[in-house]
Amino acid sequence: MKYIDEFRDGDLALRIAAAIAAETDSARSYNLMEFCGGHTHAISRYGVTDLLPPAVRMIHGPGCPVCVLPIGRIDLAIRLALEQKAIVATYGDCLRVPASDNLSLLKAKAHGGDVRMVYSPADALKIAQAQPQREVVFLAIGFETTTPPTALVIKEAARLGATNFSVLCNHVLTPAAITNILESPEVRRLGTLPLDGFIGPAHVSTVIGSRPYEFFAEEYGKPVVIAGFEPLDVMQAILMLVRQINDGRAEVENEFTRAVTRDGNLKAQALVSEVFELRRSFEWRGLGAVPYSALRIRAAYGAFDAERRFGLETRSVADNKACECGAILRGVKHPRDCKVFGTVCTPESPIGSCMVSSEGACAAYYSYGRFREIPIAAGVPA
Amino acid sequence: MSGVRPGYVRPLDIRHGRVDLSHGAGGRAMAQLVEQVFAAAFDNEWLAQRNDQALLPRPEGRIVMSTDCHVVSPLFFPGGDIGCLSVHGTINDVAMSGARPLWLSAGFILEEGFPLAELQRIVDSMAGAARAAGVPIVTGDTKVVEAGKGDGVFITTTGVGVVPPGLSISGDRARPGDRVIVSGTIGDHGMAVMSQRESLAFGTDLVSDTAALHGLVAAMVEAVPELHALRDPTRGGLATTLNEIASQSGVGMTIDEGAIPVERQVEAACEFLGLDPLYVANEGKLVAIVPAAHADRLLAAMRAHPLGRRSALIGEVTEDAHRFVQMRTRFGGRRIVDWLAGDQLPRIC
Repeated sequence: MKYIDEFRDGDLALRIAAAIAAETDSARSYNLMEFCGGHTHAISRYGVTDLLPPAVRMIHGPGCPVCVLPIGRIDLAIRLALEQKAIVATYGDCLRVPASDNLSLLKAKAHGGDVRMVYSPADALKIAQAQPQREVVFLAIGFETTTPPTALVIKEAARLGATNFSVLCNHVLTPAAITNILESPEVRRLGTLPLDGFIGPAHVSTVIGSRPYEFFAEEYGKPVVIAGFEPLDVMQAILMLVRQINDGRAEVENEFTRAVTRDGNLKAQALVSEVFELRRSFEWRGLGAVPYSALRIRAAYGAFDAERRFGLETRSVADNKACECGAILRGVKHPRDCKVFGTVCTPESPIGSCMVSSEGACAAYYSYGRFREIPIAAGVPA
Repeated sequence: MSGVRPGYVRPLDIRHGRVDLSHGAGGRAMAQLVEQVFAAAFDNEWLAQRNDQALLPRPEGRIVMSTDCHVVSPLFFPGGDIGCLSVHGTINDVAMSGARPLWLSAGFILEEGFPLAELQRIVDSMAGAARAAGVPIVTGDTKVVEAGKGDGVFITTTGVGVVPPGLSISGDRARPGDRVIVSGTIGDHGMAVMSQRESLAFGTDLVSDTAALHGLVAAMVEAVPELHALRDPTRGGLATTLNEIASQSGVGMTIDEGAIPVERQVEAACEFLGLDPLYVANEGKLVAIVPAAHADRLLAAMRAHPLGRRSALIGEVTEDAHRFVQMRTRFGGRRIVDWLAGDQLPRIC
């Protein structure tokens, strides 16, 4: 495919891999966190780790939108579907996220809830217009990438004077999550999570630009390289991080220049700040309550805010005790460190959210990489 | 005196009529639907007996039987419809044993209110597919459910076939060292259907690959009777089929991403929907597992058949107690190709 294959070229990958191998100092380690689930997915799907020397260790970050959504918020959407009989529309990834009472939106659908998968919030508004007698709620999730379309649909609903459409807003902010990780005891005090650099988000950065990461480079001394979601982007970013670490530099570099500028998409940013405002605090799965890390709908658009419209109160629900999603989302643990990984918790019946989306660290590892941990046994069992 | 001829029955209004509950009630209305729509289209000597069962001659050899339920939305899609799909699907399931399919049965569950014109289109398409394949539909049944309790039409077909002597083709016969061959591009059917779904309709000229594969299979078993396993990668796609065979045979597999034929349009549509062509359904493709020594001969026989022109060798069977299907990525890495978990759902980012 034109414009795609160029970024998946195996020969070029081998050349970058050779450069990485030549430039890494085998006496030290390079602990690199890819923040985004999109990178986690690309690394697993293309087998990028096979091309890296042992000194380079990739740590999966919390940037998987469905993984960080706490149970209490999914519960709200399920209640809207089952008790309020609202049509709940959301992205496909959200449907299987496990919530309270052994439910998920998909299971709520089997219990009679009207749950629809949509590709865009605009489709949810279309459903509302087609069925004016029904309440339609769009369960909005995601980082800065999916926020502008939600803002746009809320403005459009206002323009159309829609009276049966609202949004359950769960949009979260990338920089707040990175700060939370850098401030975590594992990084600052205990030193159990060595972090030498970040691969910065691709699509998020097209919206917010590269400027917000400058703080992490300056304040925390961590190099950041913003990279696209194609496997060659990731390889190139790793090489750039290795070079920064070797030189003792901590800068924000941009590998994804074909899409990301320093200022980002100003129009989208203006749209988002017109419709949304910061929440004082928001619960993240894995990270807990993170101050100023999420958005809510401004009072001016309150009519389209499902939380106001239905008087919703979020109850915090603890994760399953055996589930290590929290530690995995903070990069402290690896999926293989979790007792239920691959046994009780599988993509077919996930216990934790990291096993749901193919961007989740557990699902990516389960689906693409787990053979690495299992020695290939000789002989075929009878 | 009335001018109407005695014994006159007003024909069904196929153009504007709709299925109603009387069409499944067992009375005259049902008899009329059966006569005018099903029997007229499928027309063959067994149906002409007008019995509740088909009386068939005993075939020589080992008999195989398979059944398949068909529910598809939308009912009509580029390259086919639920009618021809229900014929091809069952013929293919029978043929994957190496068998020559002989007869089909068809069961219909119709929803009250379903337009007769659409039913006629579907039945004509089934009749055309059965005739082209040379496999008659010899018996059938119809039920009607109330509006809202069905999705237009559901079709169940059952097929019976006979396996030529000397063949032993089964999903548990893959052995380390065997080669894995696929008969053409993957994902065409699934993406063609998806392109028509109301919620995401996208512009493409992709058509479903729905086809009866028994002719291709006949050419294959004639060229290489030593074939170990055959399977058509329908729901769950190529990935799921390979995992099924690996697990049934207690082996692993390694496939090459670069060797798997994928139509550019399928690749592009999968790319923007966040799907993986390895998991997208096919209705006119098969996977063959063959001893390495016969792989070239099989490949040549497949490529000589119109339904196998783009056949490709995509990998080999390995010894692996964990029964993993692994893939060498085009990028140069390795990864697992796992079973499909749940439904394939698009990603957000």
